[in-house]
Amino acid sequence: MIDIRPPIKATNMKKHHALQHLLKRLQKQPKTLAPFVSLLLILSVTALITPGFLEIKFVNGHLYGSLIDILHRGTPTALVALGMAVVIGTRGIDLSVGAVIAISGAVTAVLTVNTDWPVWIVIACALGSGLVCGLWNGLLVSIFNIQPIVATLILMVAGRGIAQMITEGQIVTFHSTALNAIGNEFFLAFPIRVWIALGMIILTIVVMRKTSLGLFIEAVGANVRASRLVGIEARLLVLSAYIFSGFCAALSGIIIAADIRGADANNAGLWLELDAILAVVLAGASLAGGRIYLGLTIIGVLIIQTLTTAILTSGLPVQYNLVVKATIILAVLLIQSPTTRQWLSKRFQSKRRQNPKKGQNSTSSQNHGRADQ
Amino acid sequence: MAPHSNVKDHSRTTSDHRSALLEIRSLSKSFTGVQALNAVSLQVNKGEIHALLGENGAGKSTLIKVLTGVHPRDEGDIKLDGRAIHARDSGHAQQLGISTVYQEVNLIPSMSVTENLTLQQQEKSFGLINWKKADARARALLARVGLENIDPSRQLDRYSIAIQQLIAIARALSNEAKLLILDEPTASLDASEIKQLFSLMTQLKNQGMGIIFVTHFLDQVYDITDVITVLRNGECVGTFPTASLSRSDLVSHMVGKSLDDLATSSDHQATGKPQNTLLTMQCVGKQRFLHPLDLTIHAGEIVGVAGLLGSGRTELCELAYGSTKPDQGLITLQPESSAKPTAEPTSLIQKSLRQTIQSGMGYCPEDRKLDGIVAELSIRENMILALQASKGWWRSIAMSEQKKLVDDMIKRLAIKTPDMDKPVGELSGGNQQKVILARWLITHPKLLILDEPTRGIDIGAHHEIIQIMQELCEQGMGLLVASSELEELVMFAHRVVVMKDHHKVAELRGSNVSEQAILHTIAS
Repeated sequence: MIDIRPPIKATNMKKHHALQHLLKRLQKQPKTLAPFVSLLLILSVTALITPGFLEIKFVNGHLYGSLIDILHRGTPTALVALGMAVVIGTRGIDLSVGAVIAISGAVTAVLTVNTDWPVWIVIACALGSGLVCGLWNGLLVSIFNIQPIVATLILMVAGRGIAQMITEGQIVTFHSTALNAIGNEFFLAFPIRVWIALGMIILTIVVMRKTSLGLFIEAVGANVRASRLVGIEARLLVLSAYIFSGFCAALSGIIIAADIRGADANNAGLWLELDAILAVVLAGASLAGGRIYLGLTIIGVLIIQTLTTAILTSGLPVQYNLVVKATIILAVLLIQSPTTRQWLSKRFQSKRRQNPKKGQNSTSSQNHGRADQ
Repeated sequence: MAPHSNVKDHSRTTSDHRSALLEIRSLSKSFTGVQALNAVSLQVNKGEIHALLGENGAGKSTLIKVLTGVHPRDEGDIKLDGRAIHARDSGHAQQLGISTVYQEVNLIPSMSVTENLTLQQQEKSFGLINWKKADARARALLARVGLENIDPSRQLDRYSIAIQQLIAIARALSNEAKLLILDEPTASLDASEIKQLFSLMTQLKNQGMGIIFVTHFLDQVYDITDVITVLRNGECVGTFPTASLSRSDLVSHMVGKSLDDLATSSDHQATGKPQNTLLTMQCVGKQRFLHPLDLTIHAGEIVGVAGLLGSGRTELCELAYGSTKPDQGLITLQPESSAKPTAEPTSLIQKSLRQTIQSGMGYCPEDRKLDGIVAELSIRENMILALQASKGWWRSIAMSEQKKLVDDMIKRLAIKTPDMDKPVGELSGGNQQKVILARWLITHPKLLILDEPTRGIDIGAHHEIIQIMQELCEQGMGLLVASSELEELVMFAHRVVVMKDHHKVAELRGSNVSEQAILHTIAS
């Protein structure tokens, strides 16, 4: 008996320990749980309403189904949100991403139609246009100290104009097998664009968390004065954040253009900046800068995209879409709000405190309390 | 009238112990495993100024927060005027008669005095704000705190911090106020402003109000309070009449040990052997900031910077560190191989802060919250920030090494925290200061500049931080320490630079370093 006991105890302890560790982590950061729970809730409710929503079919080596569709359609937003998260971490915001999408789409389309340049040069030019846009925003914010919302508003307005000038006011359609593949084809069962986004997400997370870039960006966003005194140069960081955001938007623009095989300067990426901001906020970041959550931001994107897809597949009349989407997102945000959280924990705590000793001290003091009120 | 009635009133309160205003009986409160308050009992009488003292983490703020309903209590009774009360939040507490004024003025600087005073409850006629009535009410409130000649329509930030503090008290004093809690109201006030506040406190006390006064300044405790309650580690050490408690007894109650060892360490004045020069400032100054001055700091030496508020102490620290760049002069820091005096010293004025840090300097700023901590980042992240910044973002310190560095520092500086991933903003002031110290110690600086390292922290942490500074000095580090607390400065500084009106007026050394000499220099 004695010989057998210790190993069992040890494994038990180990399990127990791991569980405790997990609980402790969740307790410390209950924020991180909310986006996951929200996504699961939305998915399961949709599955109840729309039978077959969770079904995934495997045809000709491709995966098909609403879930895959969500990934497919969520790609542009995910890319934009990635850049947006970094910018928001520096206490900034980038309203111009929708316009940058239009510009990069226009560049892609016009170069494909008007030149016989190889596709990789076309893509490089489109990405380069995003970098330039990001540089512009970054200079306005970090060198000229213009408030981010105002600085990026300029390009938000002007950018679509620039895109229209590039396309000469037309919707430019093109044909390119390589771009078509980026837009709609599959690789290893998943859409190629999902792989591109996944690669970008992983790359960003690795760069942000395995180097100290993430730490510096959060430090600058949370307290720029203290960061300066420890030798962190905020300007360059902020500049790079906007450049990164411009790059992400341009990549997203290429995918959107490739998807519809054309560039629509007026509508490509319209209002996408708002979805991106929403995703970052759903992940628990504050627009006042500081902590950002890249992985959770992607969950936020999936929440938004799932809602859109779910509403479409549920057969709800089209005119209800926007209101239903807004209502559900409001509910998620309310659940996350510190006020609600405080209220819930207060209720929970007071219940726990009163339960064990009913009829003793607590009742008498409660009576006093009531009389007093 | 205030100072005269003070004595009379004191005798009244001590004889009149039956008229208890606030009675706290065995109050307990714990936060996830930490017992913040353990069966604390406390009685505040009418017309009494009651000092609430203790180290950081002693439970003062928790007690106040439980009292005002910010935190729910675990156990215990609170009676105000004989009735048990359960405040739901600070607004409710105010309705019940408990008004609180916190250290930071909770007013809006860009709004008028009237707007600030009537923010919670506007004077309305037909649903619109009646500004005439509002002004009248503001005047009435101001009159209660003796500010009759304040124009309530002027913007709040036109007035000094002291006046703003009094206005904050005016706002807190609703008509039902029976108990006033002042949580470190004097931290940002100068001597005459403190006098103004004290005369108001005496006046309120004579009206029969009970006042709980939390402060770090022991002089003020003896100036104004009638009774002292000392908390330590969440327990009540005891309540003593101020008149019969000696200063040393008080400090030992607060720290839990006697101050003898603190006294003996003050004999180390004379600098031992001649040391290597670390920092040389030659004719360093900046227009409308600091008059050009010379200063040398040696290895293994603490140079103190003394002077009144606004005399240029902080400015000197900023120029020396380079966070504000001088427009004239030369600053050099001796390189690593200081054995050879011919070695090329590093000139710092043209260098970036990152390079300054790399060459071996560190700086703990005066305003811990604004310039020091990054509140929402963790203890670990805050501590490695300076070292990581000097290495650059691409050369990340391995997590295992980070943990080791931080763990060592937490132990070495005795930082009280359950774990290193807690946001720094949740620590007490003293522990935050230690985190910032640790941030620099991790970079192994040759020279550390500390601006008011002991401000706003309790006497126990004071003691610890001074000890740390002395240890660092013995290990050969050079320290430049600006402080407004002369008593303390004299105790640890080998040399003292005296500042006045943005000039360096004297440099005292050896046996000349004394409070008297500094004050004499400032006064002359």
